[in-house]
Amino acid sequence: MADAAGRQGGFGAWLLDPKRRGALLVTPAITILFVMNIFPLLWSFGLSFFNYRANRLNVPSFRGLSNYERVLTDDKVWERFQTTAIIVGSSVLLQLIIGFLLALLFAKEFPLRRIVLMLVLTPMMLSFVSVGVFFKLFYEPTFGIVSYVMNMFTDDAFVTLATPAGAIAGIVIADAWMWSPFVMLLVLAGLVSVPKYLYEAAEIDRASAWRRFWTITFPYIKSLLLLAILFRTIETFKLFDIVYIITEGGPGSSTETIAVFLYRNAFQFFKTSQSSALAYIVLFIVIVLTNLYLYAVNRRAQETG
Amino acid sequence: MARKYREIGKAGWGYTAITSVVGFVYFFPVLWIILTAFKTRTDALAVPPKLFFTPTLDNFQSVFFRASITTGTSQATDMGLYFFNSIFIAFTSVGLALIVGTLAAYAFSRYPLRGNDTYLFIILTTRMMPPIVVIIPIFLMFRLSGLAGSYWGIILLYTAFNIPFSVWLVKSFFDELNPEIEDAARMDGASERRVFFRFCIPQILAGLSATFVFGLILTWNEFLFALLLTGVETRTVPVAMARTLGGEVGVDYGLLAAIVTLFLIPIFFVTFLLQNQLLRGVTFGTVKK
Repeated sequence: MADAAGRQGGFGAWLLDPKRRGALLVTPAITILFVMNIFPLLWSFGLSFFNYRANRLNVPSFRGLSNYERVLTDDKVWERFQTTAIIVGSSVLLQLIIGFLLALLFAKEFPLRRIVLMLVLTPMMLSFVSVGVFFKLFYEPTFGIVSYVMNMFTDDAFVTLATPAGAIAGIVIADAWMWSPFVMLLVLAGLVSVPKYLYEAAEIDRASAWRRFWTITFPYIKSLLLLAILFRTIETFKLFDIVYIITEGGPGSSTETIAVFLYRNAFQFFKTSQSSALAYIVLFIVIVLTNLYLYAVNRRAQETG
Repeated sequence: MARKYREIGKAGWGYTAITSVVGFVYFFPVLWIILTAFKTRTDALAVPPKLFFTPTLDNFQSVFFRASITTGTSQATDMGLYFFNSIFIAFTSVGLALIVGTLAAYAFSRYPLRGNDTYLFIILTTRMMPPIVVIIPIFLMFRLSGLAGSYWGIILLYTAFNIPFSVWLVKSFFDELNPEIEDAARMDGASERRVFFRFCIPQILAGLSATFVFGLILTWNEFLFALLLTGVETRTVPVAMARTLGGEVGVDYGLLAAIVTLFLIPIFFVTFLLQNQLLRGVTFGTVKK
């Protein structure tokens, strides 16, 4: 390694010194992240201690922790957290189940697989705006296709979004429909990476399908599956566009996720500082959750590895 | 029957039929949107919903040309520019994020820094924040630095949003590789650069393609930041879509569906092209333990 670096000479040698290589390679990524994400984060962290309102010109005054106090004692905030948890939990679970089943279905080679697979992959290429608008149309009691189909079974007009449970289901179905293919792809990548000779060996040993799955398949897809859960939870936590378009948080506030609540506070009521404080509480919760999750992943990796 | 010739993991046309049915059911909402693009305004909102109708291309025409009320002649809309913007911004930022992310992922995988996990964790955290949280400072920052409404501003921002995903995914691909091959190459006198470009990268090409497609899909439809940070010249299609919603006569579903359909074509095509890489090539490590 030493002579490889020596051959570069001068500044190149200094830069490519093995001691610095890790840091050097990480620098561009960290720089962009710092400028575009971390710096704005710190900025809004500062704002959360003032009484700044983006639509007023007066100089903001320092308020200490009062924004945090106000947010944490607000019952509404806790309701929004519950709503978000329900939507995130059910949507990610649904995505995992559907994604996993689809992956098992498409793990085989068959004629025209490429084309059939595209049918399943398309939903996640649509924009949230269009999915929101069209699912709202599907759920619409008069023109909607969902209501039309449901009316074949019931005489009453079927209004999907009228009840809190129906509205949540409407959102979860739209979101899970969009993103199950994403889970499917990650699981599929794991499934394809399983060496075929392992299955051949299992066939010779006459291992049951269940046992084959847990001893051969699962170890290969485990890490990708966990990655899928992690990314989908993070993404669904931010769920905004679909909710905003389909239900606008209603009926009442039954589908108002924390993201929608934040948006309203920040851009409709211009409680800039208060929403920054809430945002930090959200971030804190997500950090704790992610930490727990990563801890579980690491521990499991050590147990099996 | 021909059991001894049956290869594991291969299926015939019967299986195609089954998966086609599943695929078609899954695809139905998209199909409905595409059909709506060919419907007249009355057909789009017909009761009961119409599956069969006389198709029209009017919606596609009004995506790019709209009839002027005063003169009666048709006038070009800016939708062509918005399509270019979307393609340019998405491809550039995902490409950049992939390059930068791959370098970082390689470092995190092969040359762990002190506090490696902490860095990875911070990178992940930047991705978790609801975008609404950072949007105010980013908006102020963009206005102060003159990045607002420029291509570079939105490209850098999207790059930043794609980096965490790229780093984590590509790192998992690097982690799957067997470092013995790299060490063997080093023994034979290969430089670090050669090890990286000739041994590591070719093995994870499929993984890189997958990351690229994922990133593209996540960026392609981004709405909130595009809405606030792009100007008239750099506006992307999702923003233009949302702007068609605000008419006095309600949503023009046909027009919106036509935009959605057209906007689906490029990304559909890219995904289709890279699908082989995405699925067939994902066999990590040539010397698996």
